[in-house]
Amino acid sequence: MCGNEAMAEAAIRAGCDAYFGYPITPQNEISAYMAQRMAEEGRVFIQSESELAAINMVFGASATGKRSMTSSSSPGISLMQEGFSYLAGAELPAVVINVMRGGPGLGNISPAQGDYFQATRGGGHGDYKTIVLGPSSVQEMADCMPLAFDLADQYRMTAMILVDGLLGQMMEPLTLEPKPRPKLPPKDWALTGRKGREQNIVRSLWLGEGVLEKHNEKLQAKYREIQEKEVRCELYRIEDAEIVIVAYGIVARIARAAVDRAREDGIPIGLIRPITLWPFPSHQIRQAAEEFRVFLTMEMSSGQMLEDVKLAVAGKAPVLFHGRMGGGLPTVDEVLGKIRELTLRTGTPKIRNPKSETISNDPNPNDQNAEAGSEPVMSLRGAQRRSNLDPMRGRLLRFARNDMS
Amino acid sequence: MKTVFKRTPVLKDCPTHYCPGCGHGIAHRLLAEVIDELGIQDRTIGIAPVGCAVLAYNYLDVDMIEVAHGRAPAVATGMKRCNPDRIIFSYQGDGDLAAIGTAEIIHAAHRAEQLTVIFINNAVFGMTGGQMAPTTVLGQVTATTPAGRQSNGQGYPLQVCELLALLPGVTYVERCALSSVSRIRQSKAAMKHAFERQIEGAEGLSLVEILSPCPTYWRMSPSDAMQWIETHMRRDFPIGRLKG
Repeated sequence: MCGNEAMAEAAIRAGCDAYFGYPITPQNEISAYMAQRMAEEGRVFIQSESELAAINMVFGASATGKRSMTSSSSPGISLMQEGFSYLAGAELPAVVINVMRGGPGLGNISPAQGDYFQATRGGGHGDYKTIVLGPSSVQEMADCMPLAFDLADQYRMTAMILVDGLLGQMMEPLTLEPKPRPKLPPKDWALTGRKGREQNIVRSLWLGEGVLEKHNEKLQAKYREIQEKEVRCELYRIEDAEIVIVAYGIVARIARAAVDRAREDGIPIGLIRPITLWPFPSHQIRQAAEEFRVFLTMEMSSGQMLEDVKLAVAGKAPVLFHGRMGGGLPTVDEVLGKIRELTLRTGTPKIRNPKSETISNDPNPNDQNAEAGSEPVMSLRGAQRRSNLDPMRGRLLRFARNDMS
Repeated sequence: MKTVFKRTPVLKDCPTHYCPGCGHGIAHRLLAEVIDELGIQDRTIGIAPVGCAVLAYNYLDVDMIEVAHGRAPAVATGMKRCNPDRIIFSYQGDGDLAAIGTAEIIHAAHRAEQLTVIFINNAVFGMTGGQMAPTTVLGQVTATTPAGRQSNGQGYPLQVCELLALLPGVTYVERCALSSVSRIRQSKAAMKHAFERQIEGAEGLSLVEILSPCPTYWRMSPSDAMQWIETHMRRDFPIGRLKG
């Protein structure tokens, strides 16, 4: 079963009443699977005329208290932003899967992580947030589905599963065991016909003086509660780590393999893997930064989660970045190369492209002598192989001090 | 004394925000009477559009939702498919249904969704200040057609009922008007039939278009506006049953 199908089956088992979707690669396995299985279950499946219609069908189904979802990929998710904003304003639960592909524009159909900003910042108009889960295996993708439905119902908002096209297509062993589920608040707000009660209204328009501000304050209080209670992340071998990679999704899988290989060489390195991208594990990263480590953020983007890592680190440690864009996937060897550059460096660090990197102590930041190319952001001059780790700490500290000066 | 006229219980006891002479008040009253007479108040869910009728839930005492501009037929689809025993209607203006929501209404019809659509055509965008709508008639002066609508560059009035009547997924389409007592009575009969089709479980969409006055943005008195429906709108929007 591929990741896309795993999410579809897990959604059905999580009690999804209705699925609405419009074809787009690389997530078409979800709608094909749903077309078959939802019919078998006697539930609702509609191939909509557009992503706009799909998210509005979710809006309608959800307003009547049903569990509903849609799935799409980057360009289609852009079209749904209007609906996300209305869902947030009207406080309706919804589950959305974004199987990201390369952008901007039509881009390509290769895996990418370029929608991180769009997902974690709301994406549509107005002050709102979306719960964003970033699983990194087929098993975890399946496990995220009941979690997403529960969180959406609990907090009456959209929960998005943000994965890339590779995870969507990847096949891995999977077990779908029923797990205990939380008790959720009753949906007494749902539109079911006003029999035996007063009229229910679902709305996002608040025209009265100060009413919309109060509504926004309520939403923000809810978001703060989620930030306190719902952060999920994995800390991998960071206890004694001097270098901490921060990565999510498929990139975290690659980073994890690189951490294991680097550890075999005696390099003290670990991984922080955010599972919730919003709420972001800022606290865990800040704690790691207290111990003065060097952070290496890795993404399949130009550096979007990088901003959240930097906000969490708050200048207490250097934050480096390695990214691939437009459907490029970093290899384990590529990551190891970055790690070795960090650990083997002698002399002062030099950043080739100061615009895209915070770390630079070069007196002439426009110096373009370093090797050309668009790939690595960081380049260290005078690299020399060393296997002794003790001096490394000193180098890292000096490296960091240089950065912060 | 015998009661000959009273407030229908589906209409709430409050003043509306509509302009003097606006047709929405009449259309709301007819809709409320129909819901009451059919005995479906407790199992009806209504959809308010973006436009002057966005606050329809303040006046109609049924469960209601307010949705994004033009998306009502998609929202209604989600509701009805998940709740086939509920009666779902959308109440949409011409900007909402015939401009930004064209795809949603055509495709809800083409999927033969069992929905009832009340389509209010007043030939302008009312809420935003009287701009040209797809249904603005040729020569009509609006905020964005100061020289009157010209077919060359601004196109022709869009005939939604005629378009929809072509689709096999539509079970009933009728165009009515609010321009006289007899036409108002016919509007109510048409609305009732559109709901009855859904209650019977007839396959397909029912839509009633209602030519409705907007004296404010037609820049005329309420009585002249009623006349203008007859003299100017009927030409492009012939009244009568098109299907079903």
